[in-house]
Amino acid sequence: MGEQRGETTCVDTLLASSLDSVDGAEDIVLKIAEEVGFEQEDLHKIGMAVRETVVNAVVHGNRYSAHKKVRLSVAKAWNRIAVTVADEGNGFDLSSLPDPLAEENLLQQSGRGILLIRAFVDDYQMRRLSPVGTEVKLIKYLPDSNRQPKGF
Amino acid sequence: MSIQLTIRQVGDVNVIDVAGRITLGEGASTLRESLRDLVIKSNKRILLNLGDVSYIDSSGIGELVSGFTSVANQGGTLKLLGLTKRVKDLLQITKLYTVFEVFDDEAAAVRSFS
Repeated sequence: MGEQRGETTCVDTLLASSLDSVDGAEDIVLKIAEEVGFEQEDLHKIGMAVRETVVNAVVHGNRYSAHKKVRLSVAKAWNRIAVTVADEGNGFDLSSLPDPLAEENLLQQSGRGILLIRAFVDDYQMRRLSPVGTEVKLIKYLPDSNRQPKGF
Repeated sequence: MSIQLTIRQVGDVNVIDVAGRITLGEGASTLRESLRDLVIKSNKRILLNLGDVSYIDSSGIGELVSGFTSVANQGGTLKLLGLTKRVKDLLQITKLYTVFEVFDDEAAAVRSFS
């Protein structure tokens, strides 16, 4: 899940495992998303997907540990933004998560984060890191991806 | 803007006007405590006005669900009022539109409790 053809990495930074990092990550990503040319509604969706992903990394991955960091990488291309978030947690099996849309789970208090992330981006990839950690990559394309490259 | 809650009584319905962000941390916990207080005081008819909510995340949605079940477990009802398009979208994505009773008009919402 490294940098793809045509993408330029804009940010590669380490964040503390605290909720303050959620706001910081959203700010960083939205600034780059604006440069790519996303408009308000898509910016909202990108921001929300990033917040949920970083919350998962901080809360479920690193469990707020002061000794663990969240790595945030943001790359852009003329028609997309790619956001990678990696934690240092023990990882989890995506297929083992309960389906939040199943009738019996509708009234559960939690478990909707990944559902929302997937609803708001075009591509969601997750992989286990070695020796520890989980890396999630989000990709969002401009609605009109046929337009001419800008700034590349 | 963090969350702000204003509770008012309309007939025998407690209307909670929520403004700001319902997100993991202060926003979600403030809403949780407010709903818990109302449930403890046996207020069984609660209308949550989300018209001025600018942002809600999965934790915020979780608090809405938790509030709904807490009130229902006490024999009460929690309904939603004034959803923005973004909140409506979230409830549709999460299928919670099938769980909550949702209103655009406050008077109609209050009448629905009787």
